[in-house]
Amino acid sequence: MQRNSDVPTIVKIEKIIDETPTVRTLVFSDEVLSNVLPGQFAMVWIPGINELPMSVMISQEKGKAAFTVRKHGIASTELYSLKAGEQIGVRGPYGNSFTIKQGKILLVGGGTGLVPLMRLLTFLKKTDDVTLLIGSKTKNEVFFEKMANQILEYNKHQVIVATEDGSYGKSGLVTQVVENLLSETKFDAVYTCGPEKMMHKVVQLASSKNIHVQASIERMMKCGMGICGSCCFGEVLACRDGTVFDGKYLLTNKEFGLTHRNKAGMLEDY
Amino acid sequence: MKPDISTEVGAIKIERPTMLASGILGISLDVFDRLYKDGAGAVVTKSLSKEPWEGYPNPTVVGVKTGYLNAVGLSNPGAPYFAKMISLNKTVPIIVSLVGSIPEDFVFMIKQFENVKILGYELNLSCPHVEKVGLEVGDDPELVHKIVKSVKSHSQVPVIAKVGLGSSDYLETVRIACESGVDAITAINTVRAMAIDVETTRPILSHKIGGLSGSAIKPIAVRCVYEISSKFDIPVIGCGGVSSWEDAIEFILAGASAVQIGSALVDKWVGVFSEINSGISKYMEKKNFSKIKEIVGIAKKF
Repeated sequence: MQRNSDVPTIVKIEKIIDETPTVRTLVFSDEVLSNVLPGQFAMVWIPGINELPMSVMISQEKGKAAFTVRKHGIASTELYSLKAGEQIGVRGPYGNSFTIKQGKILLVGGGTGLVPLMRLLTFLKKTDDVTLLIGSKTKNEVFFEKMANQILEYNKHQVIVATEDGSYGKSGLVTQVVENLLSETKFDAVYTCGPEKMMHKVVQLASSKNIHVQASIERMMKCGMGICGSCCFGEVLACRDGTVFDGKYLLTNKEFGLTHRNKAGMLEDY
Repeated sequence: MKPDISTEVGAIKIERPTMLASGILGISLDVFDRLYKDGAGAVVTKSLSKEPWEGYPNPTVVGVKTGYLNAVGLSNPGAPYFAKMISLNKTVPIIVSLVGSIPEDFVFMIKQFENVKILGYELNLSCPHVEKVGLEVGDDPELVHKIVKSVKSHSQVPVIAKVGLGSSDYLETVRIACESGVDAITAINTVRAMAIDVETTRPILSHKIGGLSGSAIKPIAVRCVYEISSKFDIPVIGCGGVSSWEDAIEFILAGASAVQIGSALVDKWVGVFSEINSGISKYMEKKNFSKIKEIVGIAKKF
């Protein structure tokens, strides 16, 4: 029987990978989520606690999927603290995905915003020349650098890390590195996911050079399927019209980079 | 000649008979604007309370075989905030849904909208999953009477009561609402229901019990529209499981002057309004109806 994507499917966490002192990847078996498109997300039920929208992380093993979570709020800390053998519910996948271009590709990820970009890496062609830029606050919080190099082993590629405190890689904000890269190299496409202020700047920089740019947007989500309205973002819904939007559209969206909504639906500044 | 699909719900006149149901998508004017351009004849806001409400923790919505179950918990930014936002509206026909426990709550909220252009109010007397409001109000005849009376005495625009299936006879709620001066009835809201996950043995919704919507409740809603319009001389808006033009026509034949659409957005997204509008129009052309009111309640004559 085909599974109803709106009903949670219960999966068991099989493996937990510590990525940084605050970030973990939880691996589980699920054929459907192992095959999602880059940018798609699932609603993840932590029984008795909450349900969170999570971008689906890749797993190196066939038939397995994963979530990479940073302990932050109550629900994400509960998800982070689950142990192997414990159960979660997954429904979805929901949302659209990145439009995959070929040529010189730049990916810019901040924090757990790297997750959809890691999946995107696996969809790129071996002939693509790929630059992945990883933004982090400090050295201890850098993750996926090694994995990205492995995925891109047969591509012409570079993985650049920028830390805000200068403890590793390039020093300073990711967006400064993006500005430098864009002035040196003519990219065919830019993809970004991470803090919205960062994405806003990346979209502005790429658009000013007429480069195809897409960003994956995060908003408060309740239903994930386009009815509750919690994730409205201008006239679009992040869960249903996105989460991936073209830069050209984003620069016309009056909320992009400026505001998001709280649980009650009131606009708050970033 | 092309059939005219504009309709009248008492004094409320709309260009198309399909409305966005309350609780769905309704917290941003930009989204309302889009839905109106996409074919909705009117949009009903999320039910607004005096103060902002965060709603329940997730899971708040879950699919079931024939629809959806939700206990979002009436999350909304509160009437004052909302009134300010929609005061910028120039074009979209908006019906403001209100929820509260006592007449004073409603009067306070109506004051927020005094200078805002709206089509009317819809009183939520039927939300099945939040205590002290919604169905608990609808099940209390005296409270329904007091709320409708005070809303009517303060409102400059028509007032609709949205009724649902609670623990008392919903027709009694309709009767009291009518006698208290309400201008129209919306029937029905979601129906109290539950889903339990067999693997974890837990209720799925964080609130445990929620409201069932979608095609599962459509025959119940059609029956309610039929009964209300048979027993009372009041305009009715049909709501519950409308996902095709045939569903909409069925409600109209049962006595509804317009329909509201909610869960169908999951499958058909925002294109659902124009799809249903155009189906209604083609049906009218084929059957030689020139106006919606020629169809309203035809099934009652059999």
